[in-house]
Amino acid sequence: MIEKTGVPTRKDLAGIFPPKERLEKGPVAVIECFQRIPCDPCYTACRRGAIEEFEDINDLPRIDFERCNGCSVCVSKCPGLAIFIVDETYSEKEALIKLPFEFLPLPQKGEEVDALNRQGEVVGEAKVVKVQNGRYEDKTPVISILVPKKLSMEVRNIRLRRTSDE
Amino acid sequence: MRIEEHPILTFKKGRKVEFSFDGEKMWGYEGEPIAAALHANGVRVLRRSIKLNRPRGFYCAIGNCSSCLMKVNGEPNVKVCVEKLKEDMVVETQKGKGDLSTAKISPVSSSREGKRIRKTDIAVIGAGPAGLLAAISAHQMGAKVTLLDRDSKLGGQLIKQTHMFFGSEEQYASIRGIDIADILANKLDREKTDIMLDATVVGYYREDGVLGIEQNNRFIKIKPERIIVATGASERVLAFPNNDLPGIYGAGAAQTLMNEHGVVPGDNVLMVGAGNIGLIVSYQLMQAGINVKAIIDAAPKIGGYWVHASKVRRLGVPIYTSYTVKEAYGKENLEKVTIWELDEDWQPLKGTEMDLDVDVICIAVGLSPLAELLWQAGCQMKYIPELGGHTPVRDEDMQTTTKGIYVAGDVAGVEEASSAMVEGSLAGLCAAKSLGYDTGRFKELKKEAINQLKGLRSGPVSEGIRKGLKQLIELRRKSKND
Repeated sequence: MIEKTGVPTRKDLAGIFPPKERLEKGPVAVIECFQRIPCDPCYTACRRGAIEEFEDINDLPRIDFERCNGCSVCVSKCPGLAIFIVDETYSEKEALIKLPFEFLPLPQKGEEVDALNRQGEVVGEAKVVKVQNGRYEDKTPVISILVPKKLSMEVRNIRLRRTSDE
Repeated sequence: MRIEEHPILTFKKGRKVEFSFDGEKMWGYEGEPIAAALHANGVRVLRRSIKLNRPRGFYCAIGNCSSCLMKVNGEPNVKVCVEKLKEDMVVETQKGKGDLSTAKISPVSSSREGKRIRKTDIAVIGAGPAGLLAAISAHQMGAKVTLLDRDSKLGGQLIKQTHMFFGSEEQYASIRGIDIADILANKLDREKTDIMLDATVVGYYREDGVLGIEQNNRFIKIKPERIIVATGASERVLAFPNNDLPGIYGAGAAQTLMNEHGVVPGDNVLMVGAGNIGLIVSYQLMQAGINVKAIIDAAPKIGGYWVHASKVRRLGVPIYTSYTVKEAYGKENLEKVTIWELDEDWQPLKGTEMDLDVDVICIAVGLSPLAELLWQAGCQMKYIPELGGHTPVRDEDMQTTTKGIYVAGDVAGVEEASSAMVEGSLAGLCAAKSLGYDTGRFKELKKEAINQLKGLRSGPVSEGIRKGLKQLIELRRKSKND
């Protein structure tokens, strides 16, 4: 169905989600890349060797969840903006998600924003806790948000509740 | 309307100047295209069609089509999508054919050049990703290179690509197209490469292999030993009632207007085509603060990369596959469009019509190779739909059926910029080698390029490309044997 809708199905997602036991240990990368296309910067970006070397540049990324520590250096390097960091250990009720966000205005630390799912629908509220926008991110800022834990695998975008920097 | 701030881009602007449009005073930035200045002033109707007096705007925005012809300072048939704005210009709507009898025209002069014919080893026509790499690699082998482009800047269409590229490190993956243009321009040996910008190759003379070039109203002749044609491709149109209304633009044209010139194409957009260009430009329209109401595609599946599709879906933009345009509406400008669904046999289904209030439709239904020079040169061409249309028959070295004429990039079959760059390298290497230039690394570099191309084209998304290219190379082999 993703080939018709652009939205991965439950089944697509089940194939790439980290196992529950891994999620219970701390932050980890979730790579939502489902199509064989010629692209390998996630492998080049990872400094821990958690993303396996590509035999064929068209391979889907294969991630070693035990090696990945959720450091997020791959998030702003994926040309498809398809990598997210999920930390379900952030607090008892909240999960932390890091996502790429290439829009203006940028959210600010502490700001409450709409949490959107993969179809762009508002599914809840998120609180911005960090905005990484340095030289490394190179205009693909990485935003850390807190969402209710049950939404950790649903929320993949945010929408600001204001339109300007005011 | 102009873009005030942008998440990726900062716009360098010339000084503010006044000009007039049909007698009305307006202002724009010196050096931007007249069409961009007019658009920023809300003017989208640029001329009237010859027979039916219909309003027309631009379509391609990069000087390929002739949709934007206007009268400028008394001179008719000026392509205002590329003609640069100057202070006090008098711009007028062109009605019908331009009248040359009363026009003030500055003739192209060849006096200073006289009968002089400039010589060079390799002329590279087009300074986009393919042409830049061709020039760089031919020069590295030791050849004297002349690099020509009709634009004022190096980089071709890279200069509007604000997204990160795919591929591998060798093809600058993860780097934005705009930044790749700078990287490649810096790799050029500017002292030893003859770079001719604002230079349009207007003809190739088969008899003696001379290229005719128009630059700053002068006519220049160059006789190269080898030619690498890297002229790229142009955007196709789609047939539907009122498809000529101003506001219906090529998706790349909208991209040029907003990402290169900082002017928004409109407020509400329908994107026609869910290939990579349609998906990428939709995302970039949203980045420029423009509302994309929907993306439609006549095919039952999304043609572009799914990651691009997911990016726009997360923004709330719907994608309707098996949908096409029924009709567009508007008096002087586009005001509304009706789309409808197609059945399995691509026939429209009555009762599925949907109206969308849009002032822009972007057409992203594919590109066709800009192959005029190859036709002139008598190169054997073959119609291959998977490669975008008529494509030159060529061998593994990128040489066409006309000896000494090489091709690279979209003109050799429409693909991604990453493969265009590698094809450029390959053509540059082989053209230089055929003249005896080799620093000793030819074999190694050629092999590397061939392997990179193989890798880029080995996936399922490149199936059509592989099939098309195989046909071209087999035809070449046949004609060599004959």
